Amino acid sequence: MAGNHEPLMRVVKRGESPFKLKLLVRLIAVLMALIVDALFIYFVTGLNPLVVYTTMFKGTFSTPMRFSWAMRDLASLLLIGIALAPAFKMRFWNIGAEGQVLMGALATAAVMVYYGGKVPNAVLYAAMLVAAVFAGALWGFIPGWFKARLGTNETLFTLMMNYVAIQLVACCVNIWRGQASGLGKLNMKSKAGWFPQLFGQRYNINLIVAALLVILMYCYLRYSKQGYEIAVVGESENTARYAGINVGKVIIRTMILSGALCGLTGFLIVGGRDQTISTTTAGGNGFTAIIVAWLAKFNTFYMALISFLLIFLEKGAGEIASAYNLNDFASDIIAGIILFFILGSEFFINYKPIFRTGRHETLSKEAA
Amino acid sequence: MDTLIAWILRAIPFGTIIMYGALGEIITEKSGNLNLGVPGIMYLGGFAGFASAYLYENSVAEPNMVFCVALALFCAFIASMLGGLIYSFLTISLRANQNVTGLALTTFGMGVANFFGVFILDGRTATQSLVYKTFQTKLPVLSRMGVIGQTVFGYGFMVYAAVILAIILHHVLSHTRTGLNLRAIGENPATADAAGISVTRYKYLATCLGAGISGLGGLYYVLDYNQGIWATTGQIEALGWLAVALVIFTTWKPLNAIWGSYLFGMLYWLYQFLPTLIGFSVPGYITDLIQMVPYLVTIAVLIVTSLRKKREDQPPASLGLAYFREER
Amino acid sequence: MEYAIELRHITKTFGSVIANNDVSLDVRKGEILSLLGENGSGKTTLMNMIAGIYYPDSGEILVEGKPVEIRSPKDAYAHGIGMVHQHFKLIDVFTAAENIALVLDKHEKYDIRAIKAKAREICKRYNFEIDLDQKVYEMSVSQKQTLEIIKMLYHGAQLLILDEPTAVLTPQETEKLFAVMRNMKADGKSIIIITHKLHEVLAISDRVAILRKGEYAGTVETARATESSLTEMMVGKKVELNIERPEPVNPHLRLTVHNLTVENAEGVKILDHVSFDAFSGEILGIAGISGNGQKELLEAIAGLQNPDRDSSIVYYPDDDRDSTAEQLIGKTPKSIRDLGIHLSFVPEDRLGMGLVGSMGMVDNMMLKSYTEGSSFIADRSAPRHLAESIKKELGVVTPSVNTPVSRLSGGNVQKVLVGREIAAAPSVLMTAYAVRGLDINTSYTIYHLLNEQKQKGVAILYVGEDLDVLIDLCDRILVLCGGKCNGIVDARKTTKEEVGLLMTRLKEEQEGGVA
Repeated sequence: MAGNHEPLMRVVKRGESPFKLKLLVRLIAVLMALIVDALFIYFVTGLNPLVVYTTMFKGTFSTPMRFSWAMRDLASLLLIGIALAPAFKMRFWNIGAEGQVLMGALATAAVMVYYGGKVPNAVLYAAMLVAAVFAGALWGFIPGWFKARLGTNETLFTLMMNYVAIQLVACCVNIWRGQASGLGKLNMKSKAGWFPQLFGQRYNINLIVAALLVILMYCYLRYSKQGYEIAVVGESENTARYAGINVGKVIIRTMILSGALCGLTGFLIVGGRDQTISTTTAGGNGFTAIIVAWLAKFNTFYMALISFLLIFLEKGAGEIASAYNLNDFASDIIAGIILFFILGSEFFINYKPIFRTGRHETLSKEAA
Repeated sequence: MDTLIAWILRAIPFGTIIMYGALGEIITEKSGNLNLGVPGIMYLGGFAGFASAYLYENSVAEPNMVFCVALALFCAFIASMLGGLIYSFLTISLRANQNVTGLALTTFGMGVANFFGVFILDGRTATQSLVYKTFQTKLPVLSRMGVIGQTVFGYGFMVYAAVILAIILHHVLSHTRTGLNLRAIGENPATADAAGISVTRYKYLATCLGAGISGLGGLYYVLDYNQGIWATTGQIEALGWLAVALVIFTTWKPLNAIWGSYLFGMLYWLYQFLPTLIGFSVPGYITDLIQMVPYLVTIAVLIVTSLRKKREDQPPASLGLAYFREER
Repeated sequence: MEYAIELRHITKTFGSVIANNDVSLDVRKGEILSLLGENGSGKTTLMNMIAGIYYPDSGEILVEGKPVEIRSPKDAYAHGIGMVHQHFKLIDVFTAAENIALVLDKHEKYDIRAIKAKAREICKRYNFEIDLDQKVYEMSVSQKQTLEIIKMLYHGAQLLILDEPTAVLTPQETEKLFAVMRNMKADGKSIIIITHKLHEVLAISDRVAILRKGEYAGTVETARATESSLTEMMVGKKVELNIERPEPVNPHLRLTVHNLTVENAEGVKILDHVSFDAFSGEILGIAGISGNGQKELLEAIAGLQNPDRDSSIVYYPDDDRDSTAEQLIGKTPKSIRDLGIHLSFVPEDRLGMGLVGSMGMVDNMMLKSYTEGSSFIADRSAPRHLAESIKKELGVVTPSVNTPVSRLSGGNVQKVLVGREIAAAPSVLMTAYAVRGLDINTSYTIYHLLNEQKQKGVAILYVGEDLDVLIDLCDRILVLCGGKCNGIVDARKTTKEEVGLLMTRLKEEQEGGVA
């Protein structure tokens, strides 16, 4: 029959790709993305992209303060990425990090508002932490429970939970600000619940926690029994049942953990970075972190690397914006293009295109 | 009574924005693609429509407003489709993860719209395109016929276009071969493939057309609902997610999107009109809680459908999964 | 003689496996041809080439005397060929009529009323009973099958291929299907039916074509065939394999299965009151055409199924019968393990159930033992030692014990799985198709391992498909047919024909018992 020849190109799944290939494919992807970004910069601004790229470095590296701010923002993004890692490793699409972080932040702020100055600082910190972790865990538990018991679609459920959280925050902010136009910093005078300064900045505590969690989460996923269960459930529920793993229990437990860590992030953001709360406290990091966690394939060290890349781009774009009278939304575009390329490049890692070679099929001998 | 009328007059245009968003996403999801890039796409559509109208107005001495409307619609549709095309290429041809790609598209679309938007703003906080007057033109006689005329015929043409579109989409999905094939792909791409349907082509077309339609929601928001004013805000993003919620609420049926979107509109504006309706004032923070209702309702729908396990109300069975024809 | 279809010298290989080797057969117009053969004899592959799922490596297909190219299911439709697969190609949320419409020719108008009218006509003509507005997910298996056949006839199929259509049907439904098939035959349609059930072959077909191990073994007129002559053609001559078979040492009762009944999601009885005993130091073979309940039987014992209430699986740890016997029904794999009962299970789906493909040997060793110890951290040193020793002793070819097992060849994957299950020092060892897809040497390694376990006093349940192996390796053979125990024979005394017959037809007295 006409038009039904063997296709020009077909693809087969690769078994496992060698590390070199993975690295090469990703490097090419980033390189191509940078070229596309350069073209974009050139056509929009008429500037020499190389000069512009050098300017980008200044965003993060020009002064110690800049670097410190970059690290601060890196900590927020990375913490959420770490929180998402166990859920994603289990193939549970937790799109609700934004809401879970907000709930943690809200609980923290509530403790600060109602108990700030009334109890000793140590007790206050403990209460903030516990409240935040509990609130985040609850926000993770709810979709986790419905997924485990009823099979409710977790992607859509967690997505909706974000907006419930946002409205809750809006409501509380509304109450707390009273007649004022904005909320301002909480406990401005007493500074109750504010993190102490460490090396000159309150948010340095966040950085330390993030660094610690990178290692802890890596170990949890890699060495603990629970981490092992998560890996088995994520790979095949059938195998998990064969091994005697209670799949529902693992799903619920892991979502509580993921939510709790998001809540912890909320606590750190409020106590260490913002000292206040708003609906934008998570600032979209809950979504960006999903991309971070996915691209890093749940390895927390890769997460740190990818988070850094994204923060670097954001800061760099901000620098370009002020240097050339543009605006910092450029960073969204540049980051978007890079993400598209990296996402697309996964294909060449997982699949192998085979081109038509005539009548005989060259059934590939996979590099074993 | 006046409050109720005012409420409806608010709710229906609001509902129309997310109706476009949801109708596009229904088409996309029917093909098995869960595109979380709706907010980004609505940004692309809104900005492209606005920019084309604005630039045309300011480059011609006596702009033809009908042409201007057509131009805005065309540009919004094309720009949104390009967003859908990026998503399609990555998820269908390169089998990238749908959720992650969608979220990246949201970031990208938001970035593009706001980045170029700033050029048009040129230092001002907001600019206005006058084409909104044409968009808002009401039906001449009917719209003045009392309460009914006001609440039923008192809107710009895109409100009616959305309803007609929903009906057309319902017809296409339920009563044509194209719709049948599309639904089959979303349910079971392997079976559709075996029946000789081109899965890839349908997925591309559905996703791109769906994106185009979603983008019209952004256009309607800027050029009608928002009086043609472009400003850098996060408002469209929230609307985009509400559109995704609406898709679940409709259980993937275009006709449900008509009343569902108006209901969401009523719920959204509940906070402003409920106090006057029931006669006593409500503190501001309660209104924030009331704005939560659309999402809570959506969650309830999600739970109830998974509880009842009624097959007609479930998401397309292959939603979110890339299709790969297995070869032995 | 006019032929509906002729296959000439068809060969198809998958990698190094030859599925069909130089097969030539033909189907006359207006006849019912049975295609007979054991599992893996290449029947379905051959039919898939006619239906456009696969394309032959070499050979020729002629439809009504003319050579044709069939590269897709669409091409097959165009030539009037329709195949009803074992896994129905239907969309669950569509109505019957919508499913029929799905494969309509693009140029034909989409008019659901006209489609229903035409479909109703077909139903009337061949005496089908179906509600065209019913959704597929509300249909029984038999109704879905009917729908598939109507779909094919709607699209003008002159040649219908039915792949094991009766495997999922009750005897009454089978009778109905046969009646319809006879109607179609009277109408001039040609039918190929793939089946294992000899009495059905004799009842329905005009001729029988037999495949054996991918090769064409001949065609006979049904009128001149008997069950035993067909069995002989199908299974071939007994091949001596020289598998060692030590005598059971000091056997005692290990497992009593009584009235085991398991239903699937649709409420069909996959296992129907199966009862048997298994003894220590003995290999109990389980024979049967695949899909007759073997998988469910082993899974039920392992705690992975939900058997009916009156089922009973009792485990006896040693000679002392009553005091420590444990009822396994209602227990999960973990609670069985917690009782100190070591059940080892090598499932059929090695990478989808027995092992985690993306993990290395070390991590796979831990699958059932990772909970041991009170530490939060999982112990990996013992599994590493185990992995190393299995690698060495069984000669697993892998770059490292941490290489994902999905990258290993089938034989090595199986060695990893069997090695782990044996290392758990089981008292019961269950294996499903333990040597499927393995080369001769690896197969013998597996037989040897099983015999070692047998001599250690393990009760072994061996689900197999190769009758030669079953007869040479096992002590007794239980034959499953239609989810029922169709007899237990002494492997030392039985013949291939006896087992083959038990596999393909239910005993008379049991047949009568079906309500």
